[in-house]
Amino acid sequence: MRASSASRAMSAGLGRRVLRKPIAVISGFVLIVIVGGSFAAPWIAPYDPLEQNLRIAKEGPSLAHLLGTDSLGRDILSRLMFGGQESLSGVVVAVLSMLILAIPLGIVAGYLGGVFDRVILRVVDVLLSIPGTIITLAVLAIFDNNMVVAMVSVGVLASGAFIRVFRSATLSVRQELYIGAARVSGLSQARIMVDHVLPQIRGVLLVQVTLFAAATLGIQTGLAFLAFGPPPPAPTWGGMVAEAASLIQTDPWMLVPTGGVIALTTLALCLLGDALRDANQERFTLAGLVGEKVVKTTAPPPATPSPRLATAADPDDEAGVPGAPDALLTVRGLSVGFGAAGRETTAIQRVDFDVSPGEIVGLVGESGSGKTVTALAVLGLLGANGRITAGSVRLGSDELVGMSSAKLREVRGARIAMISQEPMGALDPSFRVGSQIVEAIRAHERVGRAEARTRSRHLLEAVRLDPAIASRYPHEISGGMAQRVAIAMALAGRPDLLIADEPTTALDVTVQADILELLRTLQAETGMAVILVSHDWGVVADLCSRAIVMYAGEVVERAAVADVFETARHPYTAALLRSNPHGAEAGTLLPTIGGSVPAPHQWPHGCHFADRCPLVTAECREAPVEMVHLDGDRASRCIHIDELAEAKV
Amino acid sequence: MSVQPILEVTDLAVDHGSGRRRKRAVDHVSFTIAAGTTLGLVGESGSGKTTTGMAILGMLPIAGGSVLFDGRDITGMRRSERRALGSERQVIFQDPYSSLDPSKTIGYTLAEPCRIVPRERRLSTAEIADRSAMLLRRVGLSDDAARRYPAQFSGGQRQRIAIARALMLSPRLIVCDEPVSALDLSVQAEVLNLLLELQRDLGLSLLFISHDLSVVRHVSHTIAVLQGGQIVEQGPAQQVYEHPQNDYTRTLLAAAPVPDPREQRLRREERQRSRTMERTQ
Repeated sequence: MRASSASRAMSAGLGRRVLRKPIAVISGFVLIVIVGGSFAAPWIAPYDPLEQNLRIAKEGPSLAHLLGTDSLGRDILSRLMFGGQESLSGVVVAVLSMLILAIPLGIVAGYLGGVFDRVILRVVDVLLSIPGTIITLAVLAIFDNNMVVAMVSVGVLASGAFIRVFRSATLSVRQELYIGAARVSGLSQARIMVDHVLPQIRGVLLVQVTLFAAATLGIQTGLAFLAFGPPPPAPTWGGMVAEAASLIQTDPWMLVPTGGVIALTTLALCLLGDALRDANQERFTLAGLVGEKVVKTTAPPPATPSPRLATAADPDDEAGVPGAPDALLTVRGLSVGFGAAGRETTAIQRVDFDVSPGEIVGLVGESGSGKTVTALAVLGLLGANGRITAGSVRLGSDELVGMSSAKLREVRGARIAMISQEPMGALDPSFRVGSQIVEAIRAHERVGRAEARTRSRHLLEAVRLDPAIASRYPHEISGGMAQRVAIAMALAGRPDLLIADEPTTALDVTVQADILELLRTLQAETGMAVILVSHDWGVVADLCSRAIVMYAGEVVERAAVADVFETARHPYTAALLRSNPHGAEAGTLLPTIGGSVPAPHQWPHGCHFADRCPLVTAECREAPVEMVHLDGDRASRCIHIDELAEAKV
Repeated sequence: MSVQPILEVTDLAVDHGSGRRRKRAVDHVSFTIAAGTTLGLVGESGSGKTTTGMAILGMLPIAGGSVLFDGRDITGMRRSERRALGSERQVIFQDPYSSLDPSKTIGYTLAEPCRIVPRERRLSTAEIADRSAMLLRRVGLSDDAARRYPAQFSGGQRQRIAIARALMLSPRLIVCDEPVSALDLSVQAEVLNLLLELQRDLGLSLLFISHDLSVVRHVSHTIAVLQGGQIVEQGPAQQVYEHPQNDYTRTLLAAAPVPDPREQRLRREERQRSRTMERTQ
C-alpha cells in the first residue's frame, strides 16, 4: 500500500486544491471584496449614493472621497458599491437561467442521444440563429425597461451554445466503462446522469460559468451604458461609465474607477475559471499526485552515484567484460532521468548490453521496467523532459551520447530506425502511403522523384505488400498493413539497426505472426540487427536469439533465449516465466510473484527485486548488486545464483 | 449436462448501426454455460466477441434469437424486470483505468450496485460498508482502500476493485471482457488466480472473453471460437485447444507464439508448411 500522505493529497477536495493556487486565491479575494462591498453597501458605503455636493464636483481621489467625486459631487466609491448590486444580480440571473436550461438539456442530449439529441439540437439551432441583441432590446421595450427580464432573455438565448458544450463533454464521458458497469448494475439512466456524468463535466461547467458571467457583465453594463435599466439618478456601473465617457476631456480620472471595476471583475472571473478547471483536473489524475510525491522523495539522488559514474568514465570496465570488439551497438552504464536537473526521477540506471551486427535481441520486461526508455535513449529521443545522466551509447565507433542533434538526426533513420506499437501513429493521415515512403527515402538519399518512387515500390514488395497500396491513404489500410508500411519506411534509410518497440502488441495474433515472419525474413535479407522491445515472452521466443531482461530500471539478466527459457538465472525472470499460463495445468492456481514493481522513487538501495524475492537475505539489501558474469555469454544481477540453481524456486 | 444451465444462448443475432447502415455483427451464436463453469469466448478483433457479451448483459439490443438466463428469456423482458437481473449478472471490463469513476471513492463505487436493490431487501449503510470491506480483503486489498480514489491504485489493483464491485450483490454470472489483457504477465497471473478461487468458493459462472488462447485455456471449461460474428467451433477446453477441428481454430492456435523457443520453432515450421500447402493448392 502507498504512503498515507499520498492518500490525503488525493482525497483533498476541489476547494482545497483551488486554495493552493495563488491566482485563484487572489481572484477569489477580489470577487469577494467586490460582491461583498456591493451587497453590503447600505451598511458600509461612506456616503449616500444620491447625495450631491456641487462644491466638490469632479474631484480626484482624496481621503474624504477615496475614488473621487462625479460631476454632481457624488462619492464615486459609494455609487459603485450601490451600482454593483444591479449589475451583479443581473449577471446571476442570466447565469442561472442559462444553467437551468443548458445543464439538463446538454446532458440528456449527449447521454441519451437518438431522438432526444436530434430534437434538442434543432432547438439549439433555432436559438443560435436568433439575433440576441435585437431580442434583448425588444424585451426591454416590451417589459418596460425591466433589467431582470432582459437578463433572463440573455441567459436563455445564450443557453444554445452551452447546451452544445455540455453535450460534447457528456459524449466523451458516456464512452467510459464505469458508465457501462453502472448500467449493468441496473442503475436508472437518470441516476447515472446525476451521479456519474454531472460530476465529470463539472470542470467544463465551472469554466463556462465563470466565462459566461464575465461576458454577461459586459452585456449588463453595456445595456446600462445605453441608458437601459434603472433611470438616473440611480447608480449603475454602465451609467457611470457613460457619464465618465462624456466628461473624458475635462475629467479623465472618473473613467478609471468606473471602467476599472468592470475590467477587474471580468478578469477575476476569467482567472478563477481557469484555476478551477486546473484544480478539477488534478484532483482525479495521477499527475497531481506524482507531482507532489516526486518533488518530495527524489531530492536526494537515489542509489549510489559513485559506481555509476565510474562506469561512465570507463565504460569498458564493466566487471571485466569489454564490449565485443565487433559489436554494432555498445551500451554501457546508461542512466536516464526525467524531470528538472538535480531532482530528476531516475527511470533506468547502469544499463549495459551489446548488439552484434545481424543479431535479433529481445529487450523484455513488464511496464515500469524501463525497456522503452532504454530504446528511446539509444535513439536520442527522450523528449524535452528526459535526458541521459550517465553512460555511453556507441554505434560502431561513434559515441551517440553528447552528439549534436544535427548529427544525431543523420544517425537516426539512416543507421538506426524505429517502428512503434501504433503503426498508424507513424503515418500522416493526410498523405498517400506512397508519398510518405518516397519522402522517407529522399530524406536519406539525394535521389530524384522517379527513382525514389521505384525504390518505394521495391520496399513495398519487400514488406510483402501490393505496390498498388501506394496510392491509398492511411485510413484505407488495416493495422497490419500500416505496420508493414511503417517497416518499409524504417527500411528506407537502409539501417544497420532496427528498434522495434512492441511492434505487434496492438495487432491480432494471426497478423502478429505474419509481421514476426516478415521481420525475420527482412533481417535475413538485409543483415540488419534488431532490438525487439516486448513484454511478450512468446514473441521473444519466436524471434530473438538473445534476451535482455529488465526490472525496475535495471538489466537483471542477459542470456541466449534458449538458455533463459531452459534455466533462468535471476529469481525475477524465473518467477515471471512461471506465472505464464502457457504450460500450466488448466484451472490450477498460477505461481505468482506477490507485491508490485516499485516506482522509481521507491527503488531500494540494494537489489531492486529484494522485496519480492524468495531468496532475499540481508546482504541483498546492503548495497547495489552488480552484474555477475556466468559461463557462456550469460550475466545476472543476483548474488544468490547458486541457490537459485539448487532451489529451483 | 445434469445441472440447469445458468445461461442458454440460442441463435443470437445482434446488429450494429441503424437504418440503412445496419450491419449484422453477430449471427446464429448459440452456447450454454453450466452453473459454476466458465465459457471462454475467443476471437480476433471484429469477431463479435465483445458484442455478444454486451448483448447478454442487456447493453445492446438483441436482433434475433433467445437468451435464457436461469431459464427466463431476457430478450422480451421489460426494463424493470431486466434491471432486477442486474444483481445476478455483472461485468468486468478490460481497461481498469476507465472502468472506475475517477471522481468517486472506491467505497462509493462498491456501494453503487446495492442501490438498485428493492428497498425492503436493501442493506443498511453499515452493512454495505461491512460487505465492501470484506470483499476488498477478499480480493487482496486493505479495507482502507474504500476511502481512496481510483487514481491511487495500479492497473492490477483496479482490476481487483472492479472484481469486488462485480461481487457486491453476489451475482451468479460475470461477463469478463478481456479482464487481463491490459495487465502485465505477473499481475495477470494474480487476477486469473483470484477469478479461479472466487469461482471455486462462490460457484460463479463466467463468460470469459479474450483474444489470448493460453489464458482462455487456463480458466475455461468450454471454449467457443468466434470468427466474423459466428461460432466456428466449440467444445471442452482441452479438446478445442489440443485437437482443433476447424481450420480457423487451427490457424489461430498456430499463430499465437508460445514462450518456449524450441516448441515455437516447431510451430513456426508447421505453420509455414501449411501455408505453402495452401498456396500450392
